[in-house]
Amino acid sequence: MSTIDYSVKIPNNVDLSGDRTLQRALESWQPNFIKWWDDVGPEGSTHYDVYLRTAVSVDPQGWAQFGYVKMRDYRWGIFLNPAEQDRTIHFGDHKGEKAWQEVPGEHRANLRRIIVTQGDTEPASVEQQRHLGLTAPSLYDLRNLFQVNVEEGRHLWAMVYLLHKYFGRDGREEAEALLERQSGDENNPRILGAFNEKTPDWLSFFMFTYFTDRDGKFQLAALAESAFDPLARTTRFMLTEEAHHMFVGESGVSRVLQRTCQVMNELGTDDVNKLRAAGVIDLPTMQRYLNFHYSVTIDLFGADQSSNAATFYSSGLKGRYEEGKRADDHALHDQSYKVLEVVDGKLQEKDVPMLNALNEVLRDDYIKDSNAGVARWNKVMEKAGIDFRLSVPHKAFNRQIGALAGVRMSPDGRPVTEQEWESRKNEWLPTDGDRSFVASLMKQCLAPGKFAGWIAPPVMGINRQPVDFDYVKFQ
Amino acid sequence: MTTTTLIANGILNQHLIDPEICIRCNTCEATCPIDAITHDDTNYVVMADKCNGCMDCISPCPTGAIDNWRKVPAAEPYPIDAQYGWDELPPALSAEQLAAAASDVQDLSQAQAVIAAAAESTGSGTGSSTSTRASASSASSVEQSVQESFRAASFGATVPPWSAAHAYTNLHGPKNPVTATVVGNINCTEAGFDNETHHIVLDFGSMPFPVLEGQSVGIIPPGTDATGRPHVARQYSIASARNGERPGYNNAALTVKRVTADHEGRPVRGVASNYLCDLKVGDTVQVIGPFGHSFLMPNHPRSHIVMICTGTGSAPMRAMTEWRRRLRKSGKFDGGKLMLFFGARTPQELPYFGPLQSLPKDFIDNNFAFSRVPGQPRRYVQDAMRERAADLAALLRDENTHIFVCGLKSMEEGVVLALRDVIVQAGMDWDGVAARLKQQGRLHLETY
Ligand SMILES: Cc1cc2nc3c(=O)[nH]c(=O)nc-3n(C[C@H](O)[C@H](O)[C@H](O)COP(=O)(O)OP(=O)(O)OC[C@H]3O[C@@H](n4cnc5c(N)ncnc54)[C@H](O)[C@@H]3O)c2cc1C
Ligand code: SF4
Ligand code: SF4
Repeated sequence: MSTIDYSVKIPNNVDLSGDRTLQRALESWQPNFIKWWDDVGPEGSTHYDVYLRTAVSVDPQGWAQFGYVKMRDYRWGIFLNPAEQDRTIHFGDHKGEKAWQEVPGEHRANLRRIIVTQGDTEPASVEQQRHLGLTAPSLYDLRNLFQVNVEEGRHLWAMVYLLHKYFGRDGREEAEALLERQSGDENNPRILGAFNEKTPDWLSFFMFTYFTDRDGKFQLAALAESAFDPLARTTRFMLTEEAHHMFVGESGVSRVLQRTCQVMNELGTDDVNKLRAAGVIDLPTMQRYLNFHYSVTIDLFGADQSSNAATFYSSGLKGRYEEGKRADDHALHDQSYKVLEVVDGKLQEKDVPMLNALNEVLRDDYIKDSNAGVARWNKVMEKAGIDFRLSVPHKAFNRQIGALAGVRMSPDGRPVTEQEWESRKNEWLPTDGDRSFVASLMKQCLAPGKFAGWIAPPVMGINRQPVDFDYVKFQ
Repeated sequence: MTTTTLIANGILNQHLIDPEICIRCNTCEATCPIDAITHDDTNYVVMADKCNGCMDCISPCPTGAIDNWRKVPAAEPYPIDAQYGWDELPPALSAEQLAAAASDVQDLSQAQAVIAAAAESTGSGTGSSTSTRASASSASSVEQSVQESFRAASFGATVPPWSAAHAYTNLHGPKNPVTATVVGNINCTEAGFDNETHHIVLDFGSMPFPVLEGQSVGIIPPGTDATGRPHVARQYSIASARNGERPGYNNAALTVKRVTADHEGRPVRGVASNYLCDLKVGDTVQVIGPFGHSFLMPNHPRSHIVMICTGTGSAPMRAMTEWRRRLRKSGKFDGGKLMLFFGARTPQELPYFGPLQSLPKDFIDNNFAFSRVPGQPRRYVQDAMRERAADLAALLRDENTHIFVCGLKSMEEGVVLALRDVIVQAGMDWDGVAARLKQQGRLHLETY
């Protein structure tokens, strides 16, 4: 296993110093990255010492090192999971052949597109979260935000490495463009819709890290199966880091729920106005935020039928989630899959060739995974003896992409008229009023061990540190 | 990361995942080198028959859910199917339940669950020898060699910390030893290694045998030596807290390393240590003591304790840590810090390694040093001390800090030199600091 040479600018386990050209290319990209970080990274955080987890190598001992780091000095670097000897392609039409160590000419354009799209999401979320530190509900949460931010930064590095190393000049240009597009920028926005939405408050952030970073997990998991070995190894390692982001989301929402339930029990009420007056986020608002983030995120998987998805799979570029654990022929030629469509105002299922439905397959895997977490959130209410349960809305609710785009659907899966939609959408999706109420709670709370009134403390600290540990030290 | 011992005397320390905290992120499953982790749609679980306690999965887990352990009879681990159905971890089995299931482990199972710091040897060691020697006819060669000792030994205090509790010594001499009953004997290092170390619990019944952390007892092995005379007693540090290994009972624990080679490495069967390690629950032992009146822990709530030990030198450290742990549970000692430097040749040889690692970080600051891990540079306690020089120096500036060193004789010089370096580098005056440490009973050396 490679160990990291700290004397180099760019820590890596890919023998960067043995490839002068690449090293120079990345070293010239690096100042732009730092400039990007300074310009649109976490606001006002440059001098903070943050208790971060840093990867220094990819073995279990090396990738989770904890200590105080200034984020600008975080060891952004290039880490690939160790190569598997003689790895073979295990799905698609090239099944059984040797995995590719170089990019095959005929797949170059597609691979580049996949990598650029993945890469584009990473800096985007840092940009979206830029101002959140100013309203952090605790030091602990602030640290978690920063951890998410630096790891997104490293994931960008991972993709940039692939672009530089395997895509020549085009790759270098794409790598530059990654720092030029900007989330929400009208003229030069990020590639995917969800990454141009604002993350205005911490509830949005928790929902985002729960739902949207989970999309990241599924996309990375599908890429980790790729026949293009460097991509597979890169994304596999990214997955280990991604876990922390989902943790922030899952536990964040759970803590908000816990605090709300506590106040509901103290005041003996479920009256939304009384609860808001008491400074906690009422459960119906939680449900509306959930509806929004869930529906926006499942759009990220793309159209339910896609010939690109079929090509990506058959040519071995992108597999399914846990491809290796599935017991079918891994070619999928004669199989079919059910997707939803609307006929005469009614939803119905139809069979389509499985290969064309792979986006939907991945989306369904995702849905199952995110549902399981929602069930765990419901345990919070159950334990507190409160008769309210969150649920994910119907797959067709509030969709903008694919066959269901624009279909008017209630969260429980009933087609509704435009009129009903208009009159009830404020019940289903966060209103301006909801958002400004949530925003009104967002006040910085940074004394060690103190938490804003709308969120409960976590069960345990990071890396076994106590909850009131000094997770961020300000100069 | 190193391994943790999973099975001792029929008790399995079963590795479990807390379903209430786990977010099902798959990191642990992806990390485990031997595929001991799996999942269904609800839970991530560890297969008891596969997990070897390598601890690789511990630090990558983003939630801490992975770091859960439960004592169960080795023959009855929680099966995978049961774990899939859990909403939360089952309550820990009581000592009685475990004892009932696993014949011979009663107090011991509890002992292991209750964590360990090191035990310091009795006040008989380096500095405070006279009374001990008088009491124990075991004025053994070991003790004499300690007397010759290193220059380093002259820095050790002969007085206890001002806030130490009063110690009883020499209540029972070799002429009137106490008969104690073995109520537990487990291997507290990884089984199958040459340097097996046992955690042995002795019950004194209704005989008075009050001990403090840092004291030691003498054990008289049965039989006679080569010259036909009864064996002399060997000393062993108390490894349990003052109110007993099992609180409220008249018992105490020892940490005994099985000696299988002499100091030069020639094979030899140490008389007392092998006798002790082979004892069965219910056997009786002749005990003398207690010994030691200066290697005693400070008791005031702001006192910090720096513990530096190797091997069975951990016995007094375990005792002090455990007492602090119990006090802390009752809300005392919030300001007092514990910092431990613990050396061994390999993680497998480290007594109490697993339990020690599961103590909260804000309670004890653990630093391990291993000198014989294949493929890794040798690291000794003094290396670890130098690495933590900044934090050590901060503690040394504080008059509430007490330092205890215990273990093999050969560690003493290196440790004292490292202390000196830390002090000098921090811009303090070594002679002055060393003199105060000694006069105020704040630096204690106990090596054998
Ligand atoms: C104050 C004090 C506290 C002690 N506390 C503990 C304790 O908590 N736990 C513990 O296990 N021991 C402790 N010892 C050491 C213990 O008293 C015995 O010396 C040790 O157990 C060996 O005794 P034995 O009868 O097994 O070997 P012996 O039969 O006495 O000796 C056999 C041979 O081994 C050599 N030898 C003795 N001890 C060791 C050793 N540790 N390593 C390698 N070779 C050795 C002897 O020189 C001799 O050549 C302590 C000693 C002192 C002075
Ligand atoms: S301790 Fe080691 S063997 Fe056990 S589950 Fe964790 S990684 Fe796997
Ligand atoms: S790594 Fe931790 S949180 Fe993730 S699945 Fe394993 S136990 Fe659960």
